Amino acid sequence: MNDYFAVFGLPRKLQLDPEELRRRFYELSRVHHPDFHQGASEEDQAEALSASALLNRAYRVLRDPVSRVEYLIALEDGRETREGADARPRAPVDLLEEIMEVQEALQEAKAGGLDEVSRQRLSEERQRLMARQLAEEEAIAARAAEWDAVVVGPGDRTALLEWFKQRLAARAYLRTVIDDVSDALGQGEERHVSHRRH
Amino acid sequence: MSRIVGIDLGTTNSLVAYIEGGVPKVIRDVEGRALLPSIVGYTPDGILVGEPARRQLVRNPARTIYSVKRFMGRGYDDIKDELCHCPFEFLASADVVRIKVGDSAVTPPEVSAHVLRALKQRAEAFFGEPLEQAVITVPAYFNDSQRQATKDAGRIAGLDVLRIVNEPTAASLAYGLQKLAQGTIAVYDLGGGTFDISILSVKDGVFEVLATNGNTHLGGDDFDRVLVEWLLADIRETHGVDLSQDPEARQELRLGAEAAKCRLSFEDRTLLTIPFEGFTYHRELTRAEVEKLIGPLVEATLGPCRMALKDAGLTPDRIDEVVLVGGSTRVPLVRRRVQELFGKVPHSQLNPDEVVAMGAAVQAQILAGGITDMLLLDVTPLSLGIETLGGVVSVLIARNTTIPTMAKEFFTTSVDGQTAVDLHVLQGERELARDNRSLARFDLSGIDPMPAGMPKIKVTFLIDANGILQVHAREIRTGKEASIEVRPTYGLTEDEVARMVEESFAHAEEDVNARLLIETRTEADTVMTHVDRALAQGARLVSPGDLGQIQQALQALREVRDGRDRDAIRERTIELNKATERLAEAMMDAALKGALASRRADQILESK
Ligand SMILES: Nc1ncnc2c1ncn2[C@@H]1O[C@H](COP(=O)(O)OP(=O)(O)O)[C@@H](O)[C@H]1O
Ligand SMILES: [Mg+2]
Repeated sequence: MNDYFAVFGLPRKLQLDPEELRRRFYELSRVHHPDFHQGASEEDQAEALSASALLNRAYRVLRDPVSRVEYLIALEDGRETREGADARPRAPVDLLEEIMEVQEALQEAKAGGLDEVSRQRLSEERQRLMARQLAEEEAIAARAAEWDAVVVGPGDRTALLEWFKQRLAARAYLRTVIDDVSDALGQGEERHVSHRRH
Repeated sequence: MSRIVGIDLGTTNSLVAYIEGGVPKVIRDVEGRALLPSIVGYTPDGILVGEPARRQLVRNPARTIYSVKRFMGRGYDDIKDELCHCPFEFLASADVVRIKVGDSAVTPPEVSAHVLRALKQRAEAFFGEPLEQAVITVPAYFNDSQRQATKDAGRIAGLDVLRIVNEPTAASLAYGLQKLAQGTIAVYDLGGGTFDISILSVKDGVFEVLATNGNTHLGGDDFDRVLVEWLLADIRETHGVDLSQDPEARQELRLGAEAAKCRLSFEDRTLLTIPFEGFTYHRELTRAEVEKLIGPLVEATLGPCRMALKDAGLTPDRIDEVVLVGGSTRVPLVRRRVQELFGKVPHSQLNPDEVVAMGAAVQAQILAGGITDMLLLDVTPLSLGIETLGGVVSVLIARNTTIPTMAKEFFTTSVDGQTAVDLHVLQGERELARDNRSLARFDLSGIDPMPAGMPKIKVTFLIDANGILQVHAREIRTGKEASIEVRPTYGLTEDEVARMVEESFAHAEEDVNARLLIETRTEADTVMTHVDRALAQGARLVSPGDLGQIQQALQALREVRDGRDRDAIRERTIELNKATERLAEAMMDAALKGALASRRADQILESK
């Protein structure tokens, strides 16, 4: 019942047309939004409020291809989720080497203040990490079709799920490191919030 | 459904609007003014609101409260830095800000309630029937406490606040209703005390806010403040006088600086003249000079714009239209910088002072069921989280999430037999609890004693369509609704609000009477001044009998002027008016004759 796909009357599949999702979101909002239940009974108003809250969350999660995968995995695991994860994700093995270098640069920057050279280096590292994050996201989205096929047909569901989990962990880790680098560069204020908490 | 109005409760000015024949209309006072200055004056005879309060700003600085919106939903600690700029006194208190008025203290919601009540009365006089329901706007970047404080103000004023709407969103509704803006739009709202930027997608009647950002402490007031500081320094230099500690002088300077700033929006240079005791200060100001002073403040609005764009996932070139709202967007430098950022000439067809109230009226009409094809989807401006171990915040609802929205979280006990759990809820974007805005502490109690870790309390955090938080809790094992006591960090408690509502009912009649008395006296004063002046000029034009009658009527009015009998003052004012009729006529005749005579002289000259 709480299934975000079901909220939109959609099957549990990863590929979906964003325009179509938006159209359904607007249509359902016109049904549930509290604005249209102002004169109704208290009970009806409370119902509209929670229906509309559920709808808004469902839309937020499903419209982004990566958070869609995250949600689907939680569903498969039978977890109740929420948007944030408080635990700092662990570094995936295949990223360790690259990350070490960044950490080193970060340590240096913290210890010796930020001179032009280390600023330059951190800035470049950040650029690289961001490209890497984007690549991870694209890789995740690219296998959406595979999942949709596996769900209805033959194929190794568990292996694919496991792969998704690893890639999501890698991406989450990249985001925290990017945040740390941005903070060190003093651009944390502009960004205003750490991604890791989203 | 009964009538619902839209109210823009501004830092500087407030106004009320409604929908007539599908079009938003602003309700004016008897003198035709739409804007009600958000100023409340406390006098021994009662409370003044709006223009009369504005007139006593300089005379009675300590008891004339302006820009109170800056203090809504805030704590004493938040505003310590500003205290020296304010001519009124604050009481150091841990929770809400309290302003000293004589021997007592008032809170910002109570002050705002006076402004709201004046607008309510204005609307009631206009409609000829009681008004109970309203939509009130707030800056989009207002946090939970500031929104709650606004709602409290409405309640104290005897209004049922059906919805709190974000100001830039309201503006977009007004533009959208008239099909003046479509596509992806940016609304830049710089008023007296606050700054908001909102990015919306407007499509098929759906107004979806994509992201919002801002600063609830940045506006035209701050422009005035840097100007005043500069002028004070200039006066020190040129006249060797330090006026910085003189509240009356400061107030004079503030008003002079504001007026000069406004003139400089249309002229390149302007002359500031302020008479002080012992000297008159003259200073020519150029637009370039003022732009240099306010430049950093204008720059400070651009960061939030970039952040909103980023959160919306857009680059400036993806914005189709830019809409300007708020009096401070008349400053040419502001327009220039906004235009540069978005690469587009901004719109301002709708009056920037009135557009927010008009949009609030549109939202009111949607709630009343009178508009069904428009749908507004707004967002919460700040992330909501709870404090966890080590003072770190765990975010439950991210900023720019469409509202209403909810998040569920499980909590348990850490000690055997523990029957209560304490939650600290915060708003903001920083990692540590202490750097964020504390909203409230929730005490969940009535948990059955169990071993530690056994109870499973499901807490639902719900942000409603007003952007205001509601919290519910349930113990899963027993299914029992846990009771929650809310202790707002910077807000009035339910009991306090209830008491204020009661008091305001009790005082409502008293307040109205006091105001009417003051107005009647003002009217009497005006007539007496006119008569004095007329006598000085034209006493010789009327008979001694008439003159005696005028003197008598004047004396009679003087006797009752300071009393509390309003009817007596009014009657004698009317009598004085009547007694001077012949004098007025005679003077008119004389003036006419004078005019005729000079005309004749002209003709004679011409015909020569
Ligand atoms: N012509 C103008 N030039 C510059 N500033 C102006 C002008 N007209 C009004 N303002 C400023 O706009 C602010 C009030 O704007 P308004 O939108 O009414 O504010 P609020 O919504 O905060 O009540 C004041 O600071 C005022 O000085
Ligand atoms: Mg405003």
